Amino acid sequence: MEDLEQFRLDTREWLAANCPDSQRQPITPEQQYWGGRKGSFPSKDAQTWFERMRDKGWTAPEWPTSYGGGGLSPQQGRVLKEEMKRIHARTPLFGLGLWMLGPAVLEYGSEEQKQQHIRAIVNGEHRWCQGYSEPGAGSDLASLQCKAEDKGDHFLVNGSKIWTTTADKCDWIFCLVRTDPDVKKQEGISFLLIDMDDPGVSTTPIELISGESEFCQTFFDNVEVPKENLVGELNKGWSVAKALLVHERKLMSEMGSESPRQVLTPNEAAKQYLEFEDGKIVDARLRSDLADYDMLMQAVALTHFRTFEEKAAGMRSAAPMVMKYVGTEAEKTKSELLLAILGSRGLGWEGDGFTEQEIDTLRLWAMSKAMTIAGGSSEVQLNLIAQKILELPQP
Amino acid sequence: MALVLNEEQRLLQETAKDFLGSRAPVEALRKLRDKRDAIGYEAALWQEMAEMGWASIIVPETYGGLEFGFLGLGVVIEEAGRTLTASPLLCSGVVGASAILLGGSEEQKQSLLPAIAQGELTFALALEETHHHRPHHIGVTASQQGDGYVLNGSKCFVLDGHSADRLIVVARSHGKLRETEGLSLFLVEGDAPGVTRTRTIMADSRNAANIHLNNVTVAASSILGEVGDGWSVLEPVLDRGRVALAAEMMGYALESFERTVNYLKEREQFGVLIGTFQSLQHRAAHIQSELELSRSVLLQALSSVDDSPEELPVMASLAKSRLNELVKLVTNEAVQMHGGIGVTDDLEIGFFLKRARSAMQIFGDTGYHKDRYATLNGY
Repeated sequence: MEDLEQFRLDTREWLAANCPDSQRQPITPEQQYWGGRKGSFPSKDAQTWFERMRDKGWTAPEWPTSYGGGGLSPQQGRVLKEEMKRIHARTPLFGLGLWMLGPAVLEYGSEEQKQQHIRAIVNGEHRWCQGYSEPGAGSDLASLQCKAEDKGDHFLVNGSKIWTTTADKCDWIFCLVRTDPDVKKQEGISFLLIDMDDPGVSTTPIELISGESEFCQTFFDNVEVPKENLVGELNKGWSVAKALLVHERKLMSEMGSESPRQVLTPNEAAKQYLEFEDGKIVDARLRSDLADYDMLMQAVALTHFRTFEEKAAGMRSAAPMVMKYVGTEAEKTKSELLLAILGSRGLGWEGDGFTEQEIDTLRLWAMSKAMTIAGGSSEVQLNLIAQKILELPQP
Repeated sequence: MALVLNEEQRLLQETAKDFLGSRAPVEALRKLRDKRDAIGYEAALWQEMAEMGWASIIVPETYGGLEFGFLGLGVVIEEAGRTLTASPLLCSGVVGASAILLGGSEEQKQSLLPAIAQGELTFALALEETHHHRPHHIGVTASQQGDGYVLNGSKCFVLDGHSADRLIVVARSHGKLRETEGLSLFLVEGDAPGVTRTRTIMADSRNAANIHLNNVTVAASSILGEVGDGWSVLEPVLDRGRVALAAEMMGYALESFERTVNYLKEREQFGVLIGTFQSLQHRAAHIQSELELSRSVLLQALSSVDDSPEELPVMASLAKSRLNELVKLVTNEAVQMHGGIGVTDDLEIGFFLKRARSAMQIFGDTGYHKDRYATLNGY
């Protein structure tokens, strides 16, 4: 405990000395650094801040130092997070490499794969995207058809992946591919890493209802992938993917608490857009909805905290398994509430008739609809809870 | 570490589960109901509970208590919720003890708390005057007479009111009907001259009474706290009661949900187990997620009593309103998923359904707490 306090003091001092003032401001999407060969720093300060954090291994604070990580314990990692939050220090590096692929390679990858990929992620050299879903394999992910044929020294990959987020800006993609078409669908899948510069890989953006086109479709046309890019065993990719999905779901359930965008909270919106009388919101329905939302978010935050405490105490509960469902549904509730609070000011799509924040609110509302679909829809989550926690009989 | 139980608390939970499961299962409440028991709980059971220290879990050792804190109380009371055990645990062990702890003089604490701890003295809070929880809507008057006071007026929905040895009467010496200023807490003997107690028979087969006070005289030494400043005691006492009741409600929710999930695994229709139906699976899974959120809220609310009392008002309203909605959802779904047998008196699910509706009213319904939560948060 004492050591942890000392760590906190040291961290506080280091952050105070090393985090540039401009990196202690709320971050907008344009100011995030995602690394990669095609990436560029949004500012000189962002670069300085990233490099200082990278040199300490604190772009991935809890990863082993042998691969460039910070080597912190979960408790220390939490202290670092808290101390960064305290001075509003920006996250120096974003990306699926840090959040998803890295943890999977550390758990399932070979020593060579760790050497090749982990340090490149920590150092921001490679930006990763995910290739799971296909046009014909959404919630029924295991029915995927993108195939990798064994050609002796390499796999020959043919097919396409959809919802490959920011694939047009990425260097590598981690994919689930069909390596055996003749067994039960979950059993013929492998987890493959593909360099997007390889001949035969191409990507097209998809425009969404939010007007954004971060999501892409990526095509593989006779792509030759070296055998050593297989993570885990051949035909055992489903278990790697499942482990990785846990990271993704945790991430999505936490998005509400750490949204990369600087958006209105329903509380701020209420003060700005609603009529008050004697300290109370006049519109009884909205006041009640706001209280419902605040109570829900407090319960969600406490449950995140509880799962952390349980993990630290070596206990297991069902709480982590419900958080994707609960967290993303809460995000949708929040977006609907914001729209209701803003009234017609929440309908602005673009132009000078609305503030940037108002337009952002609407765009995020549209984006929030994807949260209960991506990463395993709410319905899939409920299936999982019924099956794994309640152990209800399966049809 | 506030959101996980420690070893001691887990052991206490095991003890409570074993004891209540064998000594006071739901069947015991059915018997009390069917024989129209005069006090509505088994006095011998309460003695045994007191011997185990359960009447004084939150009372400091210096006053003969177990001093196990609210997290400790929470595990016992949750188990008592699972078995729907009727006892003075909430009214005496939590509300009564808290009123004396927070409002009583040293002399009152020394004379009353050990008696509560030993299960010798029971209390009831005579608060409500309307059919909704309105803790400062107090019309019962306290007029000064010599050194003491004379109480006049009526109370309703007084939990354990017909059986408690002492009443804690909330009365008004000055101020208007809805003001918090001017309230005082008076200790009154249950059978004092001028006190008329009429037991009410409610859906939950538990215990409450309407009480009429006609020129009831009380000595100045029988006031808890300062005259006219009763609200400063009453509000935290109610919050403690709310949090404790929320723990009991968690017990109803867990027990009726577990029984229902088990039923889904054994009941066959259309040639298959009904638990294979996705329409039921999703509803059950949704309840599981609500249970997880409620568990975190409950643990934080319980530990805030001892660790961060400044958070207690917000946490108590959050916990009570969340558990209100949880037990409503779970008991309704429990009946529906049991189908026809769910509406029979033979199945114990009905007892949970009915008790949940009482608990939802006690110390504030969802509307009351949502309004309070919004006000405390500045809107």
